Amino acid sequence: MKLTFKAQGPLDYGRRLWVRFTLGLCFLFLYAPIAILVIYSFNDSRRNIVWRGFTLKYYEKAWNNDSLIQAFSNSLTIAFFSTVLSVVLGMMTAVLLWRFRFPAKAPFEGAVSLPIIIPEICMGVAMMAFFARVGWPVDLPWPLNLGAITIAHISFSFPFVAMVVRARLARFNRELEEAARDLGASEWQSFRDVLLPYMKPGLVAGALLAFTLSLDDFVITFFTAGPDTVTFPVKVYSMVRFSVTPEVNAASSVLLVITLILTTTAILLQNRSRD
Amino acid sequence: MDNWRKNPLVFWVFAIPPTAWLALFFLVPLGLIWVISFGEKSGLVDIQITWVADNYLRAMDPLYLQIFLKSFWYAGITTVVCLIVGFIVATAITFAPTRQRPILLLLVMLPFWTNLLIRTYALIAVLRTKGSLNAGLEQLWDWGNKLLNLLGLEQFQLLGAQFEPVHLLYNNFAVVVGLVYVHLPFMVLPLYAALARMDHSYIEASLDLGAGQLRTFASVVIPLAAPGIVSGVIITFVPALGSFLTPDLLGGTDSQMIANVIERQFKSANDWPFGAALSFILMYITFFAIAVRSIWAARQDTRENLV
Repeated sequence: MKLTFKAQGPLDYGRRLWVRFTLGLCFLFLYAPIAILVIYSFNDSRRNIVWRGFTLKYYEKAWNNDSLIQAFSNSLTIAFFSTVLSVVLGMMTAVLLWRFRFPAKAPFEGAVSLPIIIPEICMGVAMMAFFARVGWPVDLPWPLNLGAITIAHISFSFPFVAMVVRARLARFNRELEEAARDLGASEWQSFRDVLLPYMKPGLVAGALLAFTLSLDDFVITFFTAGPDTVTFPVKVYSMVRFSVTPEVNAASSVLLVITLILTTTAILLQNRSRD
Repeated sequence: MDNWRKNPLVFWVFAIPPTAWLALFFLVPLGLIWVISFGEKSGLVDIQITWVADNYLRAMDPLYLQIFLKSFWYAGITTVVCLIVGFIVATAITFAPTRQRPILLLLVMLPFWTNLLIRTYALIAVLRTKGSLNAGLEQLWDWGNKLLNLLGLEQFQLLGAQFEPVHLLYNNFAVVVGLVYVHLPFMVLPLYAALARMDHSYIEASLDLGAGQLRTFASVVIPLAAPGIVSGVIITFVPALGSFLTPDLLGGTDSQMIANVIERQFKSANDWPFGAALSFILMYITFFAIAVRSIWAARQDTRENLV
């Protein structure tokens, strides 16, 4: 190992011991609980404190827990439909705000950012009251029974997609579109062959974010879910309230891995589209 | 940018779906809650809209006022702790070698995207009486005792007769730890953005001209990073104030925050009008915080233009 000792410049704050120490402590604080959670999902002991050897039995148990699997498939279904619609609506919002000047543009922009801004609990109770008020049918066959939750998820996801796609559009060279129009492309053709391919990285990143947001949401879902439409986080919540078991650890670890993969991909894609 | 009149058909194609969705499935529900907040409970599930402000007046009752104050207090401590830690972390990332920076940023951002419920649950396992932290402390106690035995001091029982686990969970301490745990990434990102944008030669100039590190920090770094600090404070404070899950799972009986009271009105107490009024008070506070930030940013802009 080669050690080099450089004189510390006055601006080398990153090399100061106490700064590094705090950074290390901060990452420990952020990651240690999650790491412990994952490690103990493999622990062959119910009590979760002492390590008694490696086992996969809690994964097996989680897998055989029908209501947990049902909740998981509900979550994936909701996330899928929510993502598709959020991407379409988010893309439309982004193009609208990027391309047009129109009256009431500022209020429109404000309204679109509202779902991002307002506290989750307020949106949750609003959705709960809304679906109760309009008498949303509750005994529909699967997957239509997930409609209320899906609608609520789309309402808070599509503004995020719009934000991501708009950031991508900000660097679009409009002359490309004009060239296409000059060469005889119709409005639709130039959208499909010029603008859409350009937006693609933003759309993919937005889709991954929408999927993660939907999969992760607890508070808003908690207020829109009925007894038969439990999602994975709502199910985990009721399990956590009941007791802390390795089975919950196992189920959580699976969800954690899924979101980690999706998020890292989204962030990397977004960074690439920015370059 | 085109005027919408130039191509009204394309404009409407893009404008109608998102506007309709937002209006129907977001603004109408919010409006409904707003109307309900002026209503009265009549019967078990019926609500009569009587346009009285009783629910808002009831929120001023000392019992609820105290919960509001407590929520402000928790969110405030959380913001201060996040600001101090976040500033050091953001500084460390800003001055890290170029190749390490994106990795460090990714490491800060990842927890932000992992499930809130799972992170809170992970904290329970660490903090509870038989959790990881107490297990670690017990180990330390054990070693300490062995050391005392070696020194022949066992008869004094200096560390107590047996290990007493520390109660870290289901109290106000756990709530603040949980809130910091959840909101730290919110603070780091805007602070990092502000510090990375800053012209570092100002710091150098200040140090060259004889100001110490502290003086430079107070009169150069803080004013230059002010927009990032204000953004960070607001986007940490606002969600922390409206937290539901953290006090619900980590708090004790006296650690209720506003969101918990709102949830109770809608789920168990079945007093929707009062819950709706509380939601709107929480929302008005949020709007106020965001308005303060935009006014501050606008003033900052005009000042920069004047210079």
